[in-house]
Amino acid sequence: MGDSQYSFSLTTFSPSGKLVQIEHALTAVGSAANGVVIATEKKLPSILVDETSVQKIQYLTPNIGVVYSGMGPDFRVLVRKSRKQVEQYHRLYKEPIPVTQPVRETAAVMQEFTQSGGVRPFGVSLLVAGYDDNGPQLYQNAKTFLEKRYTDDMELDDAVHTAILTLKEGFEGQISGKNIEIGIIGTDKNFRVLTPAEIDDYLAEVE
Amino acid sequence: MSIFEYNGSALVAMVGKNCFAIASDRRLGVQLQTIATDFQRISKIHDRLFLGLSGLATDAQTLYQRLVFRHKLYQLREERDMKPETFANLVSAILYEKRFGPYFCQPVIAGLGDEDKPFICTMDSIGAKELAKDFVVAGTASESLYGACESMFKQDMEPEDLFETVSQALLSSVDRDCLSGWGGHVYVVTPTEVKERILKGRMD
Repeated sequence: MGDSQYSFSLTTFSPSGKLVQIEHALTAVGSAANGVVIATEKKLPSILVDETSVQKIQYLTPNIGVVYSGMGPDFRVLVRKSRKQVEQYHRLYKEPIPVTQPVRETAAVMQEFTQSGGVRPFGVSLLVAGYDDNGPQLYQNAKTFLEKRYTDDMELDDAVHTAILTLKEGFEGQISGKNIEIGIIGTDKNFRVLTPAEIDDYLAEVE
Repeated sequence: MSIFEYNGSALVAMVGKNCFAIASDRRLGVQLQTIATDFQRISKIHDRLFLGLSGLATDAQTLYQRLVFRHKLYQLREERDMKPETFANLVSAILYEKRFGPYFCQPVIAGLGDEDKPFICTMDSIGAKELAKDFVVAGTASESLYGACESMFKQDMEPEDLFETVSQALLSSVDRDCLSGWGGHVYVVTPTEVKERILKGRMD
């Protein structure tokens, strides 16, 4: 692929505008009137890997969750940093952190690594979903690689169906509860990752 | 004389029905000499949050400046005002940072929180919070203030009643304290307005 000659340098953009250090898996979002859904394909490096041990959707707080597409290790580093910042905020203000704050601070960290010497940019684009006093919110850290489809007055279940359909379009192979992950946050303000059984139920409804 | 009694001060905050009052004396002294009779001990953080600082005046001024700085940054980042409970936690954290070289101040925080519920609290100079449902006091006249407030306080007072009660409690307490007095400064805050009034008491 013509992009490969641009993959030697950390901060060189290829002709298509991508930083080739990033590889992307599929991620989809759905936004409902009373909640947010994020879903992702779980691409395992080999069939010897136990898929229950791989978690692409992570919690930052009980009411904020985040998913990524790109490099898993980079994602884990960012999640660690964000979680620490969230706890520092809580220690200072004893108030649950609004969704905008961890998003802003994580974005600042990601930007720092595109400008400092001797480091490479994070090979991830993030989707942060959460619920705070301003209602359900969804933030993304790199628009160009993601496909988005939503209507505001959807019910949460419909949003899950839409997210699954979006994933299905780009999916290779058989989609099942074992190779996708779905996280939802609803009016109960708690971010929850669905179990494989629940995902299978939704898949059956979509077929 | 202890460092907390160097300048002299009296502070009280009281809860009413969907409102609160915060009041202070106006004397600034250097030990036994009176330097000023119009010293401001209570400052506004935002329209629904007031902070009173008793104790050493220089520390009170510096602490106030640091807190305003932190609150302005918070407003810029979060695009909203700080809730009183959150502000109280921030003050407590900032005071404890200086645990082994503290600010010689005792803050009194009063504000209207969510759904216009009045919130008051005080803390010691290293950040130990004391929440109260009725009233909080601070300063050199605090012992007299405790007695006066305890006997004059009633639940759910309207703003006008609350003003009267706070004023009487403050004036009678500072009369028993040589380091505070020279009038009073009372703020009565409701969800719709802030009424600031100056009291004339015994000018000594």
